[in-house]
Formats: sequence, structure tokens, C-alpha cells
Amino acid sequence: MNDTTPPLVQIRDLSVTYKTRLGDTSAVDKVSFDIRRGEILGLVGESGCGKSTLGKALLRMIMPPGRISAGQILFNGEDILTFDDKRLRDYRGRQASMIFQDPMTSLNPVQTVEQHLTEAIQVHDAGAESQSMARRIQALIERLGIMQSRLASYPHQLSGGMRQRVMIGLGLVLNAGLIIADEATTSLDVIVEAKLVDQLREIRDVYGVTILAITHNIALVAEMADRVAVMYAGNLVELGEVNRIFDRPLHPYTQGLLASVPTTEINERKELYKMPGEPPNLARPPSGCRFHPRCPVAMPICSRYRPGLNEAAPGHWVHCWLYQDHPEKEEKTLKVAA
Amino acid sequence: MNAQLSPQLQDNLVEIQDLKKWFPVQKSFLDQLLAGRKDFVRAVDGVSFNIRRGEAFGLAGESGSGKTTIGRLAIGLETPTEGKVLFDGIDLGRQNERELRHLRRRMQVIFQDPMASLNPRMTLGDSVVQGLKIHYPEAAEKHRDTLLDIFERVGLSPARYFINKYPHQISGGQRQRVVIARALITRPDLVLADEPIAMADVSVRALLLELMVQLKQEFNLTYLFITHDLATAKYICDRIGILYLGRMAEIGDLKEVYSHPLHPYTQALMAAVPVPDPHKRRTQTMPAGEIPNPINPPSGCRFHPRCPIAQAICSQEEPELRELRPGHQAACHFAEQFL
Ligand SMILES: Nc1ncnc2c1ncn2[C@@H]1O[C@H](COP(=O)(O)OP(=O)(O)O)[C@@H](O)[C@H]1O
Ligand SMILES: Nc1ncnc2c1ncn2[C@@H]1O[C@H](COP(=O)(O)OP(=O)(O)O)[C@@H](O)[C@H]1O
Ligand code: SF4
Ligand code: SF4
Ligand SMILES: [Mg+2]
Ligand SMILES: [Mg+2]
Repeated sequence: MNDTTPPLVQIRDLSVTYKTRLGDTSAVDKVSFDIRRGEILGLVGESGCGKSTLGKALLRMIMPPGRISAGQILFNGEDILTFDDKRLRDYRGRQASMIFQDPMTSLNPVQTVEQHLTEAIQVHDAGAESQSMARRIQALIERLGIMQSRLASYPHQLSGGMRQRVMIGLGLVLNAGLIIADEATTSLDVIVEAKLVDQLREIRDVYGVTILAITHNIALVAEMADRVAVMYAGNLVELGEVNRIFDRPLHPYTQGLLASVPTTEINERKELYKMPGEPPNLARPPSGCRFHPRCPVAMPICSRYRPGLNEAAPGHWVHCWLYQDHPEKEEKTLKVAA
Repeated sequence: MNAQLSPQLQDNLVEIQDLKKWFPVQKSFLDQLLAGRKDFVRAVDGVSFNIRRGEAFGLAGESGSGKTTIGRLAIGLETPTEGKVLFDGIDLGRQNERELRHLRRRMQVIFQDPMASLNPRMTLGDSVVQGLKIHYPEAAEKHRDTLLDIFERVGLSPARYFINKYPHQISGGQRQRVVIARALITRPDLVLADEPIAMADVSVRALLLELMVQLKQEFNLTYLFITHDLATAKYICDRIGILYLGRMAEIGDLKEVYSHPLHPYTQALMAAVPVPDPHKRRTQTMPAGEIPNPINPPSGCRFHPRCPIAQAICSQEEPELRELRPGHQAACHFAEQFL
């Protein structure tokens, strides 16, 4: 996790658009960041800001009317956008896997849990013998807290929490270096969700997998992530260590978002911050900084030019004119302490 | 008889007494014959509580715990298997259809999904004014003014602009406001809000919460606020009941329950809520297993298979709700240790 190891994933100027009746929807707009080996990176933002689109792009799973319109995605230094079909299948089968909010869509309804796991082991390791297979499955279900009796169950016979564990199990069997969990806990109840969070942290600790945890729930990111990436309206607006993002958020959107998260703490008399407006329709995104119509500290420059993602302090990146100079900007640029 | 008392004499707008709702499990004739008995989903299995006039009462618990069913029973949309519901002292089970319809003007519902509960082919104004037309046809000439007024009050301003729009032409947050307007236009006493803002994004949710608190004051409303989200409940509810598998595990003033949870289930639920502060990460382990099936709930205390402090008695005797601190009851044999 230190800075000398090369990042597992490098995303460079990635743009994804969907063709719609209203014109092109700019769902992901010139996004650049790295995913470090072995980290849990939390990707947060409100619905429609482009999180799932970004997650799917990392597996090249964007379907028409969508397309990756620009940029690069380097996985272990190789650009996955140049992969041929065979290489792509191998990449999806063995190197990166995805867990969705509704695992029913990715599980085969007529296959038992055991058949799913067996098949996955065979994909990864064609010569696996049935004895070692049984041992591996046993070790896996123990680690994930799946009862032995569940091996014979079909997906529809499992609870939502159990299905997600099976999905994690499949990712682990494949020995995937990267697991993308897209709202994987969103439809679960809090206790089941908390257990799944423990599980994800544990498999990271034990197997060293890298996890991109996509969620609209900012509190969940505080619970589990090492670093946090905040998206707004297709842009990556802030990125940094989890403690920094929560202690000293720099982007006005992140600040507002954090101040509007409800808590159960009783002694906190603090009122929720009420952010004006709602996220824009990405078929007609606002000019310049896409947050400017809702920003309480917007400046004249903000509606004119798009800010870049700037490293305002070591490891802390922000996409905002407050922290960047421009010849047409009159306001003072804020300095951020390391 | 209660029904004769004037409203002012009733402290409780709603009284729920030993309420049960069992749904028959749909099975084939042969399966039933083989089983030799009829199975029931015990969605609500002996629940009592009161909602005081003017308060916001929260009902929380994981999915399947019976929240929605209790809500529907409370406003007479569902008939209890056992027990009764008194609304303003009036036993809903003893009213005929006509009397029930008359009472229902005083109760309204806000559902979770505004898109599903608005007719896409009706203007927002037509959708909202419907309740008035049904319940107060005699006052037709006042309907338009009332309509414009309610739109302004829920923040859909200028009202004249919004009443002619269709659901797909406005944002998600605005649609939720329309649903609130539709519930309030008949000036109900009781509003049942079933996960009303669960689908809204955080930034929009704070605004809707504030709106609901403000409207409650302006219109003298009483809320039955159903939620699976304990954090949201804090900003609106005065009292809260925690349900587990069709039974009330704990009930009391919200601040009291949140700061001194006495039932092991409430404690687990509170601990499970993610905290937006990485310095306060959860360290407690979570209870084993998942909520069991309400067709065959565990014997004794329903939480016993998952409870970290269960004793032998827990699987034999069902604990009753007991007042353990002022205004705070819990149904656990061993809750004293948390006092
Ligand atoms: N298949 C699609 N066709 C057209 N537009 C889409 C499609 N999928 C997503 N979008 C649009 O792309 C934007 C980002 O969506 P998404 O990536 O799903 O966001 P999130 O996961 O953050 O909720 C939204 O404006 C959405 O309407
Ligand atoms: N109409 C019905 N028929 C059969 N079972 C039902 C019906 N409505 C609810 N249930 C069952 O009753 C239990 C409680 O459901 P519900 O009241 O919707 O809980 P909650 O709102 O807390 O999620 C669940 O097990 C559910 O499947
Ligand atoms: S660039 Fe301007 S409008 Fe955008 S967040 Fe920063 S200050 Fe606000
Ligand atoms: S009654 Fe027993 S099983 Fe139930 S919550 Fe209390 S200690 Fe746990
Ligand atoms: Mg999504
Ligand atoms: Mg419900």
C-alpha cells in the first residue's frame, strides 16, 4: 500500500457517454485516478452521478447506447481498451470481478451454490482434482460463513446476504485481483450489511484483493474504505485518505454531503445541512464546474471553465477553483495544509 | 363508550391493542393435505402501543418485521386477525364501510416510491386534488384555492406552474413533495409515512425531512413514521418502537431508547448503523444468523437463537414488555443488566 508499488489500475481521462433522445448523456466526464494494490477504495456520490457507469467501464461492460468515448484504463500497466475478445474474457474471468446490488442477475437460477463454486474453480484451474476441489470449497465457505447445508441450495432459496457471500466467494475462487462491489450491500438490512462489510474487509486482509466499493451511502465508506473518491455529475470531485476526506473535506459538494448525513448520535444537536437544488440531468450538464448552480461559494470563473483535478495537499486531490489559479480568476486561491 | 368522548379528551389518537395479523401461506391443496395443517405468516403477532395526539411515532426494524402491515392495520386498510385499533377512541373493527370511509378522510398515507404512486398520465394538480373531490365533493368551488395553497406550502412554487406538469417533468425530490401535498390536502389528523424518503438522495433527504417536520407543526399532524433507518428517524420522531419478527422488542422516547438501548436486538441494530466518521468504526461483532422465518418463529423470545446473552429460559418463556426506565419499555428477561 505504500506509494512505491505501482497502482493496480490507472484510469486516465475516461469519458463514457450514453446516446439518448435528448442527446448524449455525459455520465463519466474526463475522470482520472488510480486504484492502489490491496486497498479498499470507496467510490461515493448520489444516484445518477456515474458510479455504476465507471465501475462497468473498468470491466468494459458498457453496453449500447453507451460507449467509452475517450481515455485509457490501465490494469497492471496494460490498456484494457485494447484487449481482443480472448484477452478480455480472460481479464473478466480471472483478474477482475463485479458484485452487483442484485446478485440474482449474475447467479444461474438452475445451479446450486456448489455447482457455481465448482465451475468457477474449473475456469480458473482446469486441472483441479475433485478432492482438492472439495477442500477448496470447504475452506471458502467456512471463511465466508456459508453453512455446509447451503451448498445444495439454489440462488432463490438463499437470503440476500447469503447470495452476496456466494458472489464474493466466486470472486475469491477466481483469484480476482480486483473486486468491484457496486452497491453490494444496499438492499440488505443493516445487521446483514455490517456483516458483509466485515467480510469484505477480512478477505482484503487475508487475500490481499483490491476492492472498489461503490455506494451512495457515505457512512458506509467511513466504515470500510482506506481512501475515498467522491463523484458528482460525472466528475471525480475529490479523492484522498478516508480520514482526510472526513476530517477536512475540501470540495464544497463533499462538505455539504458530509453535513447532510444523518446520524443516530443523540448528543449531537447539530442540524442537517440542507443543500439547495438537486443533481443535474447529465444530458445537459451545467457549464464549467458542474456543481456551480448548487455551490454556496461559487465564483464567476466557476460557470465559465471546468476546473482540473488538482493535488491540493499530498495525496489529497480536489476538482475546484477555490484551490486553483486561473488568469481570469480574481479571488485568492486557498492553500491547503499537508 | 369511548366513541362518545370528544376528541380533546383523548390523549392518544391511535391505540393499538394486542394486534395480530396472520396471513395464510398459499399452498397447493395437496401440500396442505400432506402437511395436515394450515400455515400462517405471523406478520404481526401481538403488538400494543399508543400514538399520542401530535407526536411523531417511529416504527423501526429490519425488513419483514411487520412495519408495513402494522401501518396498514392502523389506518384500517387491513383487518386484524386478533386485537383492535382505536382511532380517536373509535374501534375501527366495529365500523361499517360508510363510517370507515368517513374516518379515512382523517388518515392519509405517504408511500416510499413517488413514481409508483403517481399516475404518469395525470397532471400533478389532478393527482393531488383527487382526495378533495372524493372526500369533500360538496365544497368543489374551494378546491382550486386549496390546491394552490398546498402546492406552495410543500415548496412547489409557483403553484400555478407545477399543477399543470406531469410526474416525469419534475425531479425526484419534487415528486416526493407532490406525494406529501396529496396526503395533506384533505387536512388529515394522522399521516402514515411508510419509508417516505428512503429513495431520496442524502442532499434531498435533509430538505424533505425538514419539510415534514415543518408541516407537522403547521397542520397539527400526528405521524406514524415507518423506517428501517434509525438515523433518519432521529430527525423526526418523538418516540420509537423497535420491532423484531412481528413483536415489539423495545419502545420509548427516541432519545431515551437511542442513548440507553436495553434490548440486545436494539443494541445490535444501533451498533450496525454505519457511522459517518472513520475514527468511530464499529468494533462489535454482529449477531449470528439472519431474521428467521415468520411462519415458524422461534419459541420463547424470538431473538434467542441470535442473542449473545440468551439463557435457558429465553427459549421457553416469551418476555413481556416491561417499563425499566421512565417512558421506556423493553421485552427481555435480562435487560436489567443494561440499566
Ligand atoms: N443504459 C443507459 N442509457 C442511458 N443513460 C444511462 C444508462 N445508464 C446510465 N445512464 C445515465 O448515466 C448517468 C449515470 O448513471 P449511473 O452510472 O447509473 O449512476 P450511479 O451509479 O451513480 O447512480 C445517469 O444520468 C443515467 O441516467
Ligand atoms: N399480503 C400478505 N400476504 C402474505 N404475507 C405477507 C403479506 N404482507 C406481508 N406479508 C409478510 O408479512 C411479514 C411482514 O411484512 P411487512 O409488514 O411488509 O414488513 P416490513 O414492512 O417490516 O418489511 C413478511 O414476512 C411478509 O412477507
Ligand atoms: S469550482 Fe466553483 S462552483 Fe465548483 S465547487 Fe469549486 S467553488 Fe464551487
Ligand atoms: S429475552 Fe433472552 S434471548 Fe431474548 S433478548 Fe433477552 S436475553 Fe436475549
Ligand atoms: Mg449505480
Ligand atoms: Mg415495509
